[in-house]
Amino acid sequence: MTSLAVSDHQAETATPAKVIQPVWVRMVHWINAFAMILMIMSGWQIYNASPLFGFTFSRSITLGGWLGGALLWHFAAMWLLMVNGLVYLTLGFATGRFRKKLLPITPGGVISDTKAALTFKLSHDDLSKYNSVQKLLYTGIIIVGVVIVLSGLSIWKPVQLHWLVTLFGGYDFARYVHFTCMALIVAFLVIHVALALLVPKSLRAMIIGR
Amino acid sequence: MGRLRKLLIPGVDKKLLVRDAVKTMPELTRRRFITAGTSLGALTLLTGCDVVDSSSAEELLKRVSKFNDAVQAWMFNPDALAPTYPESMITKPFPFNAYYDLDDAPEVAGADWKLEVRGLVDNKKSWTLDELYKLPQVKQVTRHICVEGWSAIGSWTGTPLRDFLKIIGADTRAKYVWFQCADKDGYNSPLDMRTALHPQTQMTFKFGDEILPRAYGFPMKIRVPTKLGFKNPKYVLSMEVTNDYKGGYWEDQGYNSFSGS
Repeated sequence: MTSLAVSDHQAETATPAKVIQPVWVRMVHWINAFAMILMIMSGWQIYNASPLFGFTFSRSITLGGWLGGALLWHFAAMWLLMVNGLVYLTLGFATGRFRKKLLPITPGGVISDTKAALTFKLSHDDLSKYNSVQKLLYTGIIIVGVVIVLSGLSIWKPVQLHWLVTLFGGYDFARYVHFTCMALIVAFLVIHVALALLVPKSLRAMIIGR
Repeated sequence: MGRLRKLLIPGVDKKLLVRDAVKTMPELTRRRFITAGTSLGALTLLTGCDVVDSSSAEELLKRVSKFNDAVQAWMFNPDALAPTYPESMITKPFPFNAYYDLDDAPEVAGADWKLEVRGLVDNKKSWTLDELYKLPQVKQVTRHICVEGWSAIGSWTGTPLRDFLKIIGADTRAKYVWFQCADKDGYNSPLDMRTALHPQTQMTFKFGDEILPRAYGFPMKIRVPTKLGFKNPKYVLSMEVTNDYKGGYWEDQGYNSFSGS
């Protein structure tokens, strides 16, 4: 029904279908998805070499085969992740996309939209507008992305970047920060993918833009 | 077989060829590495770019690792000191760590041991432990960071390597100081010259004010707080000042050669 409404609207205004996701957003999104998966799977293998908690990740979901291989993957994919992330942040600020799409976030909006979402009453018809929950999650995950890169750099180069390690409360603590960010990203990923599959239009928009 | 033999390039040393071939044969870890690479190949098919089959993936990773060597060398600040800690923060017990059990660790007889010095140095004389002990020593309490991710703080006393390189008249424009150790597999590791000349890089003779115990590399360990632990050779037998990259025990298996911290 909603798609009918959209096309009616288009017929009235006689403009081509609005591009919801510009090309650059779609490109950085999928490059990021690819880099993230490499980082997460190789990261789990690295974690297994010296687990922080009482569990290890199953070999079937890790990448690299052994610590040395995983490190090669991790330190290769990190360039993709970092360069892509910088492009995203730069364009996100420069084009005003972050400001337009993600702000403002109000506590009231978040509460009412969360209630709506939990009772399945949250409308997602206009894909070009994010609801408050989306705004909060997308903003949050960008911040987590920045923190995971910075904490990663600090445990990669704890001597050269000792000020960064200090910022994270020391080498050992930085490892926990890095791990926590990974867990948040994985949690986000699960919800994000589930919702994208529930709202097929959104997946379509992320692939062909409309 | 005859035809195959003809395909071999004439003049190639067969023994060397076989040795190289054995090196490229899949050992278990290598095989797992390749398997993982193949599943990545499947993944990239899904995303529509065919960058990799397993062997070219490995090639690509090695190339990126070389690039990372260069980036780390560029980041390396020879004046930046590794953080030092109060003695109260020393990790007790400081972990023994090697690819073998402590029972299999090299047992070096200090009285017979001599440090061999080779390569681009003026004075190639070997050094006895007594002679080395007479050199001026300094103590540092620094963090040992393992490639696995764990770390431990230890107290290390010995002679700065740069002082020793000066004494033996080493050509400090050379690229590497290469160490060979008494480990059963002939553990060895190259250290880039700038790191070798770092003020905290030390020929270590004592741990926690006691003669270096067997667990930590008696009679001599090279303590490099600006590198990961596997680039801190123990049970050192010889050092060679050289421009050749001779590889290392772990480096050859895929750990990044610079592995600076």
